[in-house]
Amino acid sequence: MANTGIEVENVSKCFEDFQALRDVSITVPEGSLTALLGPSGSGKSTLLRVIAGLERPDTGRVLISGQDATLMRPQDRGVGFVFQYAAFKHMTVFNNIAFGLKIRKREKPRIQERVHELLDLVHLNGFADRYPSQLSGGQRQRMALARALAVEPKVMLLDEPFGALDARVRKDLRIWLRRLHEEVHVTTVFVTHDQEEAMDVSEQIVVMNDGQLEQVGPPRRLYEEPANEFVMSFIGPVNRMGDAFVRPHDIEVMLEPNGTSKEAQVDRIVHLGFEVRVEFTLQDGETGWAQLTKAESDQLELTDGQIVYVREGEAHVFPEDKRKENRKAADEGDEVLAEG
Amino acid sequence: MKARLTLRVIALGYLFLLLAAPIGLIFYRTFEHGFGPAWEAVTTPEAQHAFWLTLVMVAAAVPINTVFGVITAIVLVRHRFPGKALMSAAIDLPFAISPVVIGLALILVYGHDGWFGGWLTDQGIQVIFSYPGMILATIFVSLPFVVREVVPVLREIGIEQEQAASTLGSTWWQTFWRITLPSIRWGLTYGVVLATARALGEFGAVSVVSGKVSGETETATLFVEQRFHQFDLTGAYAASVVLALMAIAVLLSMNLLNSRRSA
Repeated sequence: MANTGIEVENVSKCFEDFQALRDVSITVPEGSLTALLGPSGSGKSTLLRVIAGLERPDTGRVLISGQDATLMRPQDRGVGFVFQYAAFKHMTVFNNIAFGLKIRKREKPRIQERVHELLDLVHLNGFADRYPSQLSGGQRQRMALARALAVEPKVMLLDEPFGALDARVRKDLRIWLRRLHEEVHVTTVFVTHDQEEAMDVSEQIVVMNDGQLEQVGPPRRLYEEPANEFVMSFIGPVNRMGDAFVRPHDIEVMLEPNGTSKEAQVDRIVHLGFEVRVEFTLQDGETGWAQLTKAESDQLELTDGQIVYVREGEAHVFPEDKRKENRKAADEGDEVLAEG
Repeated sequence: MKARLTLRVIALGYLFLLLAAPIGLIFYRTFEHGFGPAWEAVTTPEAQHAFWLTLVMVAAAVPINTVFGVITAIVLVRHRFPGKALMSAAIDLPFAISPVVIGLALILVYGHDGWFGGWLTDQGIQVIFSYPGMILATIFVSLPFVVREVVPVLREIGIEQEQAASTLGSTWWQTFWRITLPSIRWGLTYGVVLATARALGEFGAVSVVSGKVSGETETATLFVEQRFHQFDLTGAYAASVVLALMAIAVLLSMNLLNSRRSA
């Protein structure tokens, strides 16, 4: 059995009248790369900050490397935290990275050596004497990572580390972060609202919504076996056909009726290079879209307004979400209590 | 083009009539009869004592306002508590209340028949008509500057840098010295400079609580007034010039620091 890097047990956190976390429990295996994924306000950042000790949970426990850290101060937990905007603006890159080592009163030659090692690791050699304002966004985030790694933390926590960067730089940094993790192998948790980023980088994804866990698992399992409607629609595009949810690439478009196929009218055809989107309306008025390859679409020779037949391949039907109903009832109960 | 010129004339004319002309005239009148009389007027024992006392006031009030100003600003920006808005408004009171009123208020509290006055006198401490009262008055009038300059800077830098420092092992105190203070240093400098200039020029409140004993509780501004009432115009002008030069030196040093920041 793998050692556990981080364990969160039944953590709840309330900010005034906002319930940010509701009874959340997760296990992060040591050395793994885990993503906390969810829309804004889902509680993912709060969970990360609870692990770091920047927020104290109302109930529950946090264990880091098997040790109860719930009441520890952030500086005693051995965590490295990478914020979106937290470069020490008045310090050079060197002094930023050396900060934790200086606080720990390491000897000067040791600091020098370690900082240069880290500058190498994050590809910032030659930038030691620059100030954060003289770096690009991507360089600044790499510096922030080096700064957190300098003190050899037991776990690394990244709060939307690439959130403020443009799309291309984000993609580069994603690949870079994965490689870095292969090299350093420290237990890492990062928060993102971008499902593609989560799937690209992480080994395990924790999907959160409304302060609760929706599903935990490797990216592929979440995509193929989503536990509920929320996970399915958050992890990728989805069509609703009656009670069923279907991925656009699981919809077959045919020119002749066949078995369970349904008649539909083509509304629009969007060419995105290799991918072609066929938007259609079913006879009952429901709309959807199918994802075809260019070759498939060329073969069908589709035109706008044409009548086609669509058939869903793999469809997901989820049972009524009981938990949500319960939560709603509980919230209403709270209100009644507050009024009384 | 014409509109721009008009605007410029208005701005410059206004500044000239209200600032440059009066100050220029003071300089002119001071040195009208040469440098000698002016020098003599500001080197009498009373004059020297008055300048020294003004510097004592600045040296006492400004550091106290700096330390408490930074603490107050941190509390106002980083903490949440009931009555915060009221506290924030109260800090501006010295701007709103006339210094004379402040002086009278101090007498009500610390004077002979005031709240603590009697008790303090029994302990052998005289506040009113003495240095402690004058220092209190100077602190009072120069209190808002540091707070008002530091608050927006603290708000702007946010808490991420401080939190990052704490996750890197830094204690609150280390974070304050290594992160917070360097981040607010320009706002703080500006606040200190303004507080210094204000303390140098304080007249009303100090005038009420000092008793104006020449050579004892007379600051430079009080000295100017006293010379003026004694029809010693040279003395009044010359002392004014020294006061003005002190304030200008403080403002210039700030501008120098400012230009170094942008460089």
